[in-house]
Amino acid sequence: MFDTLSDRLANVFSSLRSKGRLSEADIDRTAREIRIALLEADVALPVVKAFIAAIKERATGSEVAQALNPAQQVIKIVNEELIGILGGETRRLQFAKNPPTVIMLAGLQGAGKTTLAGKLGLWLRKAGHQPLLVAADLQRPNAVQQLQVVGERAGVEVYAPQPGSGVGDPIQVARDSIEHARRTMRDIVIVDTAGRLGIDEELMAQAAGIRDAVSPDETLFVVDAMIGQDAVRTAEAFRDGVGFSGVVLSKLDGDARGGAALSVRHVTGQPIMFASTGEKLEDFDVFHPDRMASRILGM
Amino acid sequence: LSREHLDDDAWEAIEESLLTADVGVKPTGEIVERLRERTRVLGTREVGELRALLAEELVAAIGKDTDRTLHTTPHDDRPAIVLMVGVNGTGKTTTCGKLARVLVADGRTVLLGAADTFRAAAADQLTTWASRVGAEVVRGPEGGDPAAVAFDTVKRGIQDKVDTVLIDTAGRLQNKTGLMDELGKVKRVISRHGEVDETLLVLDATTGQNGLAQARVFTEVVDVTGLVLTKLDGTAKGGIVIAVQRELGIPVKLVGLGEGPDDLAPFDAEQFVDALLGETA
Ligand SMILES: Nc1nc2c(ncn2[C@@H]2O[C@H](COP(=O)(O)OP(=O)(O)OP(=O)(O)O)[C@@H](O)[C@H]2O)c(=O)[nH]1
Ligand SMILES: Nc1nc2c(ncn2[C@@H]2O[C@H](COP(=O)(O)OP(=O)(O)OP(=O)(O)O)[C@@H](O)[C@H]2O)c(=O)[nH]1
Ligand SMILES: [K+]
Ligand SMILES: [Mg+2]
Ligand SMILES: [Mg+2]
Repeated sequence: MFDTLSDRLANVFSSLRSKGRLSEADIDRTAREIRIALLEADVALPVVKAFIAAIKERATGSEVAQALNPAQQVIKIVNEELIGILGGETRRLQFAKNPPTVIMLAGLQGAGKTTLAGKLGLWLRKAGHQPLLVAADLQRPNAVQQLQVVGERAGVEVYAPQPGSGVGDPIQVARDSIEHARRTMRDIVIVDTAGRLGIDEELMAQAAGIRDAVSPDETLFVVDAMIGQDAVRTAEAFRDGVGFSGVVLSKLDGDARGGAALSVRHVTGQPIMFASTGEKLEDFDVFHPDRMASRILGM
Repeated sequence: LSREHLDDDAWEAIEESLLTADVGVKPTGEIVERLRERTRVLGTREVGELRALLAEELVAAIGKDTDRTLHTTPHDDRPAIVLMVGVNGTGKTTTCGKLARVLVADGRTVLLGAADTFRAAAADQLTTWASRVGAEVVRGPEGGDPAAVAFDTVKRGIQDKVDTVLIDTAGRLQNKTGLMDELGKVKRVISRHGEVDETLLVLDATTGQNGLAQARVFTEVVDVTGLVLTKLDGTAKGGIVIAVQRELGIPVKLVGLGEGPDDLAPFDAEQFVDALLGETA
């Protein structure tokens, strides 16, 4: 068993030096090893295929054949291509010309939305803003209280006019929150929404309703770094159901390789903007594509 | 798998259906290899027959006659004790609520222990579930010692002659040694009242290959006796449980099929495999 892609490729290339150039069989074996590494990192199969095709093309070129260490050269190519897809540079939050700036959070159940609301709130408050958190998950038991606790810890006001746990209309709450933010001079509104499945049409329509009620400047799709092959279907469902302008990868403090990042970015074209890296509100960072590329490759 | 005969494309389609269900590269390779062997021996030529053989292989891989009994029957002198563990956000608290519902409907008395003293409003969430399904709940101070809450819950369960005690714990990632040690302590402390009857690892069906690492570490620390595979109502297939069953022999006992109180069911291997294969063939 080889742990890292480097080990795997070194093995493939061990006989190469004497040959001087890559045969078709070498290329195929190389492609196979890269494919396994990506699949074990949970990169979605369609993305793996597209990626391998691109890598194969570069690997047949002279840059590998003439390299002193072909294995390292291939790693370098894979790394470059990964970073390219993950997004060369980080995109910043888009602020509204006329405040408040509205940020809507969406994603599957348990992805980390409510925690992220607190993290964003704290981060933006420290940057000199006056954010408002909006409790528009009126479905999950005690989601409203959870957001209230999180808001208190972040030192940020929480707009929670409805008790939740099944009571109240989230679209109405979202709509009213904008007026409340204007009245109370908040310049950023962060809307926490209930977790929902991509195939849940009713709840997807509700998310679209919330979106239409607040016209978000940013809709952030929050996705768990541990997600597997379902990442593509889910990302597509949220793209088509609500639309999103950026991605937040959560639970990156775990040891999952995080191939989902690559999949979501590749499939939707939307940038990964932030990384959520723990349960505490400070565990939050802008996303670094280069670190993620190494992580996916297991290096 | 629309082709009639078994060509390379047919085999590739099979491989892809397993990979995209999160079965994993290695188990997929082994399952496909066995299937090729069997089709050679049997002389299988039709794609249609192949699906049935594949389903058989998968059912075998997940354990055909595996004992999936859930141990919730009270002992002579104390309640049955069930401990719910897993990484963050998989559905532990919800599963506690749903399982309590099943037991109460069965005529049992159930006591829930809110040993997640860490996450914001976790105890409130469990309390809401308790009142929904007709169970009592024991909670401790916020930020307090989870082992103490768990211990007190079982203690009260014994005093009140409750049938089953369900202990909810905080989500924790398996690579956080401090938090895993804390979980080990929770289990050791409860065990002073008597052996824990079920330690259920709650695994989210959307989880990819990391699910195996979760199962490995959690079972090392608290000796997991069964899996609960949640969120199977979505598009994810939960194929990672095949690797967990094969490597660690931990059976899936329950599945979560939604956010409502009745959305919990016993695991059925045939149904699971059927859903996993979906439109294949
Ligand atoms: N380790 C770790 N845990 C996280 C992170 N983000 C969130 N969590 C935890 O994941 C669990 C779920 O987080 P929530 O913020 O409640 O997720 P959600 O998307 O709001 O969940 P629903 O509202 O139920 O859909 C909680 O236990 C959080 O503490 C993270 O970056 N790292
Ligand atoms: N669709 C679906 N959602 C589920 C299922 N089980 C739980 N959920 C949802 O997943 C989210 C997380 O569930 P919780 O029960 O809070 O998860 P947890 O493991 O206790 O989370 P932490 O305590 O924060 O680690 C909630 O929004 C639940 O309603 C399921 O089987 N299907
Ligand atoms: K499913
Ligand atoms: Mg939430
Ligand atoms: Mg919980």
